[in-house]
Amino acid sequence: MSNLFDLLVAGLATGAIYALVAVGFTLLWQTSQTINFAQGEFVMLPAFLMLAAMHAGAPFWLAIILGILLSMVLLGLAFKMLLVDPMMRHGVLPLAIATMALAIGIKEAVKQFFSAEASPFPSIVPTGDISILGHAVSLQSIGVLVLAILAVFGLTALLNRTSLGHQMQAAAQNPTVARIIGVPVERMILLTFLINAFLVALASLLITPIYLAKFSSGEVLGQAAFIAAIVGGFNQVRGAIAGGLLIGVLDNLAASYVSTQYRAAVPLIFLILVILFRPQGLLGRAEERTV
Amino acid sequence: MSGFAKPLKIALGLAVIIGLIVIPMNFNRYGLFILSQWAVMTIAAMGLNLTLGYAGQVSLAQGAFVGIGAYAAAIMTTHGWPLPAAIVVAIILSFAVGWVLGYPALRVQHHYLAFVTLAFSTLAFLVFRNESWLTGGIYGISNIPRPHFFGIATNKPLPFYYVCLGSLAIVSLAVWWLIRSPWGRAFMALRENPLRAQSLGIDTRRYTLMAFAIGSALGGIAGGLYAPLTQYIDPVPFNLSLSLDLLMMVIVGGAGFFLGPFLGAMIAVLLPEWLRFTEGYYLMLYAIAVMLLLIWSPTGILGILDRTMAARRTKAASALRAVAKSRLETVQ
Repeated sequence: MSNLFDLLVAGLATGAIYALVAVGFTLLWQTSQTINFAQGEFVMLPAFLMLAAMHAGAPFWLAIILGILLSMVLLGLAFKMLLVDPMMRHGVLPLAIATMALAIGIKEAVKQFFSAEASPFPSIVPTGDISILGHAVSLQSIGVLVLAILAVFGLTALLNRTSLGHQMQAAAQNPTVARIIGVPVERMILLTFLINAFLVALASLLITPIYLAKFSSGEVLGQAAFIAAIVGGFNQVRGAIAGGLLIGVLDNLAASYVSTQYRAAVPLIFLILVILFRPQGLLGRAEERTV
Repeated sequence: MSGFAKPLKIALGLAVIIGLIVIPMNFNRYGLFILSQWAVMTIAAMGLNLTLGYAGQVSLAQGAFVGIGAYAAAIMTTHGWPLPAAIVVAIILSFAVGWVLGYPALRVQHHYLAFVTLAFSTLAFLVFRNESWLTGGIYGISNIPRPHFFGIATNKPLPFYYVCLGSLAIVSLAVWWLIRSPWGRAFMALRENPLRAQSLGIDTRRYTLMAFAIGSALGGIAGGLYAPLTQYIDPVPFNLSLSLDLLMMVIVGGAGFFLGPFLGAMIAVLLPEWLRFTEGYYLMLYAIAVMLLLIWSPTGILGILDRTMAARRTKAASALRAVAKSRLETVQ
């Protein structure tokens, strides 16, 4: 039983990180119909920005702040202005393909300018175990879980309780009407891109100490977040949160109860089942068909 | 394309075909390998273009179908079967898997095929990697023989390049015929307006499924050629990135244009090779080139051509109208 408990905690911790990434993913989709195939690389990059700052002599706390700010400039502002804005009106697919190219570009740039090898990354949560209900649980898992949950709660509070959040939701749900009632839609869309950049930088900070910083680590992460978003419901922030947690737990349980070889298959089969029996996602709304 | 005079178009086409036959004769081994790879990837991209460009469905599993074809060919030819028989099996297998995969996905909702194929792509990779009794696992299958045709061995790079080129020609003719047949027109109706197509009595689900399964079968053919081309296969080349690369080829070349996959595969296979002199930067430059191209023309390379042709036609037409009008005025 202690094994199951550990697995659940570890699964929830990775799941919470998937949830952060998946939430950003659905935010971009809702406000600008951007399917970001580079989302995994967006998580991979900030860790390297922070490492670069530390190599330049910055202390860890400063490197974190610089990394997050730089991510918001590069992955938020520059991504939106240089790639999304010129392509948005041409439909979903060309932009999705352009983000695939962007993913290749980011991966290669990190490989070329930083390293092709995996680098260790310091943890912001102290390592070691604590005892909960007689089980030894890794502090890192608990710390990751707490921080990710705080971020998600902060975001949902922003979206549901503040005027800014309501304006963002209005801009996402009906841009035309939002514009008429005076919501600065363009600024709201930019804000979601900045929030996404902040979320991926935070995810990067939390996940990299566990899996090391490597140029190719975005592939697995991006796919996990994508699956989490579909499973939870593509058009719902709380769906992405539930999807992320669920995929994280499933993945960890599958690794020890199914087989290590086919652990990656379990979330995928689950995805196919969800699509067959609840296509709008577990918590999603069905989309109306447009003619 | 109709801006060209027809004889000019035919002459240009013939020149390209003769060029593809004659010029590679004094290429080295590596050049021939790259060119053969272009032919193989063009076949796979043509299949995806049927699914995406003509029937309007996104498939993220074309790379997995190339893998299925490659493993079918590798397993059969290393057990003494001739390559054509293996390719027939590859076609049947990919078509059947495509049908089984597409049937439930298209039952639910239109764009869910993309999600199901995304999952399938990784599942197929896991099967290639883990079922070592069949696929050799991570060690793969080596010593894949190249075929003999009419007593001529194609072991050398040049003869095998002609096998790839010949297969490309056959597939191109078949696709050319298909998109001009009533089926092809039905596929396009699905892309343009699925609801209207349905109200006109087209069984949309069946036709979409058919386009996807035929497209997947072309992926299988490409795989059947890929295995003897590289003579060694392992699971790595058939992961999700191949599917994404193929999707990129179709969009960059121009989805829904017959010649789109030829150009897209050329960019994806040849451009990185041309950029090799920049060493570590070549894939980065390739990625930037693709992004710039898509910002400039989201409909791909042929989209640019199409627009210039259309602009020229409108210009010519308005010039003719102006002439006609002034003539009318002078008569009055």
